[in-house]
Formats: sequence, structure tokens, C-alpha cells
Amino acid sequence: MSRRIEARFAQLKAEGRAALMPYVMSGDPDRETAMRILHGLPEAGADLIELGMPFTDPMADGPSVQEAGLRALAGGQTLARTLEMVTEFRRGDPATPIVLMGYFNPIFSYGVDRFAADAATAGVDGLIVVDLPPEEDMDLLAAAGAKDISLIRLATPTTDDRRLPTVLENTSGFIYYVSVAGITGAASLDTEAAAKAVRRLKRHSDLPIAVGFGIKTPEQAAAVAEVADAAVVGSAIVNRVKEAGGDRDRAVAGVLQLVRDLSAGVRSARRETVPAE
Amino acid sequence: MNVQNNPNSFRNGPDQRGHFGAYGGRYAAETLMPLLLEVEKAWNDAKADPAFQVELDEYLKHYAGRPSPLYFAERLTEYFGGAKIYFKRDELNHTGSHKINNCMGQILLARRMNKPRIIAETGAGQHGVAAATVAARFGLPCTVYMGAVDVERQQPNVFRMKLLGAEVIPVKSGSSTLKDAMNEALRDWVTNVENTFYIIGTAAGPHPYPELVRDFQSVIGNEAKEQMMEREGRLPDTLVACIGGGSNAIGLFHPFLDDPEVEIYGVEAAGRGLETGEHAASLTGGRPGVLHGNKTYLLQDDDGQITEAHSISAGLDYPGIGPEHAWLKDVGRVKYVSATDDEALQMFQLCARKEGIIPALEPAHALAHVARIAPDLPEDHIILMNMCGRGDKDVFAVAQALGVEI
Repeated sequence: MSRRIEARFAQLKAEGRAALMPYVMSGDPDRETAMRILHGLPEAGADLIELGMPFTDPMADGPSVQEAGLRALAGGQTLARTLEMVTEFRRGDPATPIVLMGYFNPIFSYGVDRFAADAATAGVDGLIVVDLPPEEDMDLLAAAGAKDISLIRLATPTTDDRRLPTVLENTSGFIYYVSVAGITGAASLDTEAAAKAVRRLKRHSDLPIAVGFGIKTPEQAAAVAEVADAAVVGSAIVNRVKEAGGDRDRAVAGVLQLVRDLSAGVRSARRETVPAE
Repeated sequence: MNVQNNPNSFRNGPDQRGHFGAYGGRYAAETLMPLLLEVEKAWNDAKADPAFQVELDEYLKHYAGRPSPLYFAERLTEYFGGAKIYFKRDELNHTGSHKINNCMGQILLARRMNKPRIIAETGAGQHGVAAATVAARFGLPCTVYMGAVDVERQQPNVFRMKLLGAEVIPVKSGSSTLKDAMNEALRDWVTNVENTFYIIGTAAGPHPYPELVRDFQSVIGNEAKEQMMEREGRLPDTLVACIGGGSNAIGLFHPFLDDPEVEIYGVEAAGRGLETGEHAASLTGGRPGVLHGNKTYLLQDDDGQITEAHSISAGLDYPGIGPEHAWLKDVGRVKYVSATDDEALQMFQLCARKEGIIPALEPAHALAHVARIAPDLPEDHIILMNMCGRGDKDVFAVAQALGVEI
């Protein structure tokens, strides 16, 4: 497992609070602007960063993330460039964990072993590959494991107790709970249901649990921070880039301001000690 | 690993995890995984239940109009002056193509699973019409996703789907064609997984769909085999079918895969020509990758981004292909070739004039390959081509391509 992820969650536990994990799309709207956003995230309150790897056909993402990916691709973003961005980020920030999130084909095309090696060199800590369920992720699991990169699996409302052990086996870093059976950016979060799900997951695993999908406001982030170990916000953030139109300064300022607000929400939340039921 | 366990058969795939050799599988979002496992279980139960097949056969016979005829295309045979050309007339099915075979099977499966809502994706509209038809027949609401570009070029089918009570949603994301319609259908499914059955139209997608669609379409090859034995007392020498996702082709080919004397050709859409890059020939011009739930040959750039396919035929305009075809290509059992838009247009007209059959643009691609090989083959050589759809839906697109205003 990645030491940076482990260290960060240990530190947060000592502080008695949950993490804010913003999702930004690498290369959106262009490499330079995305790099400014990435550099600014830790100061704005990001405890971990999810960095999207753009893909033409993101089947589980909603319009916001899909458009962000297409903007990035139109700007010439590639998987190699995403790794370069992580390298550049690491020069200034040795501590904030970076988790890459995306779809399998660009990784398969790059070459799974080569990708894991280059990602480790760049300073990537974890991988979330949306269309790679445990049934198909053996190659990437082995390659990532050999380089101390966590392969983070998704659990969803449809993942029942029978299937959960399959999902949890060999996962590391943290568990990403997708709080709605749906695409990114669509339905709003049901905090009660999410809390219940987190308690269920805690019965099966000691790993930190991040909750994502449906969190749009500081209030929702705070509500999630009370029950989970991390709140993930994606669509609301990439929407700020879109809203800026072509204005790069506005895109950077808009994203970082939202992250500050979300971080304040997360930090205001008092952690329940979530007991395993 | 069935494929490996019996190397003497090309018909044992997929293995238990849905792989045909290196292809296929189940590359799906976790939200869908439990449902895919459920569909697989329901499919395995249905296969083991004789009543399921009996019911399906009844509907195929009395509703869809099977068996479809085996027709000796005498005038084209004479015109090409070589091999005997037969058509398997799957364009004579209810709704005008082979698509009804699969939709009928899948709607019975949806009913077994108590899923009250149907979704489908469609390119040319043939699958959308067939899905809307069976949904109407069984009284289930149906939503069909169709690329906005395809909605434009296939207006007659859009209208038919609406007449049948389906909701047609034009998809404007990406290239606004079939692959984007499939993305959108998958998004709907992820969101409405509790009550929705996704009728996938081709032999692609996550396991068990490639197998399930193939088995439902194999009625084509099974009938053809029997009809050919009756007619000629032997198997055909050559099979030809067009390939988009590859469902009509795998349906014709599969029952013949273990007959080594039968030569098999799949014909992809070469669009404006393979050398132009504007084509839909995933096997000939693509390389292996992962999209829409399966590993298969894909049109993609160096970074693994999916590129847009081009074909005059909306039904072939897809950057991927069913995983069993990918495997059959690699093991060499089936030869995959291609035909251009222009060749298809020529055959569309030739077939209409010589045989009084207006083919869909899809099988017009298959006919282009028949035209290439038939003249040089001996007169006792038998070619069997799948006439998988009729061209009514294409007359507007063809008229436009020929510069005729209608």
C-alpha cells in the first residue's frame, strides 16, 4: 500500500477529522491551467487529490466529467502528460496523496507494467479504474502492487454482502463508496443511506472509507465527513472550469474557492466515532 | 476455460468468466456487476429450462416469421458467372432484419427476471425497432438511445420506434453515433439497475451478452445448415456475412465453425477506404483494447482513446466488434475482409435490379465480397450469404449518396 495514503489517513485520524478529496480532470481545460489548479489544491484544503485521466467514452460518468475529459483531450492531454503533471506536482509537494481515476483502455494501451512503473516514478499513490472490477483486474493489481501503488476498488449500493468480500479482497489504500447507483454528478446524496453503508463497510474492513458521487455543497461534504473518512467531490468542481468559459484565471480561482469552502465544511464536521455494528 | 479444454472445437467459448481466448470478459462499473452476474444466472437457468426454448421457438415461428427462406440467387449467380449464390433471407423477418431473433430471446429473459422496463441502443435503428416491437408485444415501456447523427439519417426507423410506443432519446455526446448511444444506455442502466433490462443489440458488451446474443442468433446458421442439406445435400463451401458488432455474422457462422471444409468470411465496413482512416473496420484496422464491457479489437489512437468510425451504413458504424470475432480472427478460423461505402452502394443497386431484393446497406457490404470471389470459383461451389436486413430504411440515405432528390 502507498505510504503517502497511509500516512495521510493516520495524520487525519490524529486530528480527529475526515479528509476532503477533490476530483479534478487532468489537462482540463488545458495543461497549464490544470497544473495551476493542481498546485493550488493542497493549500486550498485538499487532503488527498483524485486526478482524472480523460477518456473518450466514460460510461459511468455524467455529462460534467465527460465534458471535462473531452475538453482535456481536445487540448492534447494524454496519459503520458497526466503522469508528467504528477511528476511536476511532486517536486513541490512530497506529501499529498494523488490517486488517478479513469478507465482501463488508455492504461492497457500504454502497457500495464510500463504504466505502473511510470506512475510510481511520477509519484502516484493509488489507482481507481472504473471499468475494471475485481474479476478483471489481476494484471493491474500485480503491476501496481509491485510498485507500492494502491488499487482502490469501488463499492456501490448494489454491492451486497455476498459480493462485498470479492470487492474488498486485495484492495488497499482506502475503499471508495459510490453513494448512489448512478452516474457522477446526477442524484444528490442521501446522507442517511451513506452513513448506513459506511457502517456496513466498516464491519468488513479496517480500511478508510471515502464517499463520493452526489456531494456538491460544503454542507453535504460536512455531513459525509461526520460518518466517513473522506468526502470526494468531483462534478461540482469540474463544473467550475466549465463555468469559467475560456477564462483561465477564473477557472483556477473558481475551483480553488470551492475547494476552500468544501474544506471548511469538512473541517467543521465533528467525527462520530463510527462503531462497527 | 472451455476454449482451451477442447482445442478441437471452435464452439465451446466463452469460458466461465466470459472470455474467448484473450477477449471478452466483464469490464463493467461495479454498480452493474451484481446485475451482470444476475443476468448470467438467469441465462444459465433459461438455457437449462426446455420450456424457455419451446416458448422462444413459438414466438419466432408465429410472430417473427421463422424459419427464414433459403433462396438461390439465380440471376446474380448468372451475372457473376461462377459460384452458386444463396441468400439466407433474414431480411424477411418481422421488423425487417435478424435483430428480432435476439430481441425476442432477451425480452423473454427480461420477463423471467421480472424487470419491468426495457432499454436499448441502436445505430441504424433496426435493433431499436426490434426492441421497441417486442417491448410493445409484452407491454413493457422501452427507451431507445440513438446517436443524434443516426436519428437524422434513419428517420423512418425513428418514426417506427415512436409508433411502437418507444421513447427515442437522441444522444449528442461524443460523435453522436452508435458508440455514444451505447455509453448513454449504459449510464441509464447504471442509474436504473433495479428495474431495467438492457437489451444489447449485438454480440458485444460484458459477459454474458456476447454469448447470449450469439446463441439467440445461431438460429440463422442452424436453419441454414438444415435447409442447405435439404436443398443441395451438402454444406455450403463458403459463408459470407457483414460485420458491425457482428451479431448476424456470428449467428450464421457459429453452427459451421467446426466444419473445417466451410470457408468463412466476415466483411467489415471500409467506409471511404482503409487507407483514408475513415472506416469502421475494427479487426482489419484496429487493435485490442477495452470498451463497453469487453476486451476486443477497437479503433483507437496511440493513447487508447476511441476514434470515430465511419460507414455509410449506420448499423456498421461502430469502433468495436464482438469479442468472439476478435478471437476467431486471431485463431484464423474466420477471414475478415472489408468493403467500402462505394462498393456497398453499387451492390445495393445491383441486387435490387438483378434479384428484386433491396438489401440493407449492411448486407450490401457482404455482397461486395461475394462479388469479388464468386466469378473465379467453379460453378459447383456454393456461397451462402446472410441477407440480414432489408433496405427500406436506407432508401433516403442511398438516394442522397446518389444525388437523387426524393
